[in-house]
Amino acid sequence: MAVNDTLEGTRKIVEEAEEQRPNLHPLAPTVNDFNQELTTLNLGPTHPATHGIFQNILQMDGERIVSGVPTIGYIHRAFEKIAERRPFYQITPLTDRMNYCSSPINNMGWHMTVEKLLGVTVPKRAQYMRVILMELARITDHLICNGILGVDTGAFTGFLYLMDEREKVYEIYEEVSGARLTTNMGRVGGMERDFTPVAIQKLRAWLKSFPAVMREFEKMFNRNRIFMDRVVDVGGISAERALNYGFTGPNLRAAGVDYDVRVMNPYSSYQDFDFEIPVGTKGDTYDRFMVRNEEIWQSLRIIEQALENLPEGPYHADAPHFYLPPKQAVYQNMEALIYHFKIIMGEIDAPVGEVYHSVEGGNGELGFYLVSDGGRTPYRLHFRRPCFIYYQAYTEMVVGQTLSDAIVTLSSMNVIAGELDA
Amino acid sequence: MADQTVESPDAQETAAELDPAAQKNKQLLDLLYRLFGQDTFTDVEEPYGFLTVTTTRERIHDIIAGLQQDQELQLNFLTTMCGMHWPERKDQELGMVYMLHSLVHNIRLRLKIFFPIGDPHVPTMTDLYSTANWMEREAFDFYGIIAVGHPNLIRILNVEDMDYHPMRKQYALEDGTREDKTDLFFGR
Repeated sequence: MAVNDTLEGTRKIVEEAEEQRPNLHPLAPTVNDFNQELTTLNLGPTHPATHGIFQNILQMDGERIVSGVPTIGYIHRAFEKIAERRPFYQITPLTDRMNYCSSPINNMGWHMTVEKLLGVTVPKRAQYMRVILMELARITDHLICNGILGVDTGAFTGFLYLMDEREKVYEIYEEVSGARLTTNMGRVGGMERDFTPVAIQKLRAWLKSFPAVMREFEKMFNRNRIFMDRVVDVGGISAERALNYGFTGPNLRAAGVDYDVRVMNPYSSYQDFDFEIPVGTKGDTYDRFMVRNEEIWQSLRIIEQALENLPEGPYHADAPHFYLPPKQAVYQNMEALIYHFKIIMGEIDAPVGEVYHSVEGGNGELGFYLVSDGGRTPYRLHFRRPCFIYYQAYTEMVVGQTLSDAIVTLSSMNVIAGELDA
Repeated sequence: MADQTVESPDAQETAAELDPAAQKNKQLLDLLYRLFGQDTFTDVEEPYGFLTVTTTRERIHDIIAGLQQDQELQLNFLTTMCGMHWPERKDQELGMVYMLHSLVHNIRLRLKIFFPIGDPHVPTMTDLYSTANWMEREAFDFYGIIAVGHPNLIRILNVEDMDYHPMRKQYALEDGTREDKTDLFFGR
């Protein structure tokens, strides 16, 4: 057999193969696969890019992804079931462990849900304190996401700079609540204690030092040719598809929809503050990165306003049935002792009703659907976890792209395994 | 605590005239009655300003599809859905809750359906909302609610070979043989 015949035959096979399969990507000619064989690749469960434990079984045609099957649930802890046996105040630590990059938002979202059920009004000072902490949490959440997106594209420096800043925010958390990652911050009815002078001082110092670092980070990435080549037009999703997939938060805003719970249904006095909602145009990885960066700046604005106008007054509501009395009073005062006992033992019944409350979490609309039958615990508690809802679009977003694109897409969606699996 | 939340019917009516959220709910309820008929909906409530209606599983797909297409209020965002279990309700043991949101008009609607545990079939919403896919898998996983027409109805969070649906109320969270944690003293 002559050499020419063989080449001829090869070309024929390639042409037939191209006819048979749909054109996956304009940039992806699939000529390099002579045998029409696909490779199965396990992305995860433990992979540096998954930032948690979940698996994608990808079918690869060379470098291109043909299809993917996501598997989740590796750290499912049955929070919804556990919550059905816990008094309200014991559910707060569960919410910590959902999106652990921004625990204070989860904590306070849950507290506000219970307050809504009970009809408790929180004083203005506590609301402003919550806003400050929630915006700090949003910043740390976005710092993690954007910092790690840098790592996944090969730029480690930015990540280190930002982790240093996150550490400082964690020190503020520590001053406020005593904890760093799983904060269990605040109580039903307000905050457990007022901001200490040290906390205020640390916050002010950080507000002064952080913008310079953030500017440096942005200078390093925003118009960086290498970074842009990796992320522009990668893992895009249209606004229509994003809405159909139930996207919320920065990922939806990157696609051009300006839905933000803080603006649409203001809670905790968000209507008092002046801030903007950044939106993207294409919903690709670069847009998500830019939207998060801009949200960090907006969160800083909110924190500055809240700190400047922090009202005087009590830092918790007058809700003795649900808010623990000060420890000193428990030893000296009979009513306080009784309430303390009743709260700790969970002997106080909540009103019958069902309530849905949502807050703008780091990743989107974090909702709590609480059904109470009048007992000490929820009858049913459903968490609307933004990660769980938008991660199902991942396969659609990466099919036709290369493996390295899939990595940055996953990274920029900020899928947090704790929230994904609850 | 309960008496704080209960208001007299008169007070509720006056509140409805003044409150813009209540007016929106009224507008939405009118739309529902106009599109699908008043008989379709039972148990119309507004707990904490969130319009909640109960309907039947035969109509639920039409309603959600109709509201998705509707141009007046544009309830075309499925916020979430979840299963429920009320063991003491005869032939209404299992439930499914759908929450719709109009991102344009900021109106929310909660739709509920109930059906017997012996026949836990509901129509799938995956043809309307891609996001319904995992939510229905979650409801199947937790409660054994079967979404008819779902493309891939398998467990999502629990292991594949689990042979029960753990969120049903008969499965106690604690070890049933322990006696130091009885419900006698501490309720549920």
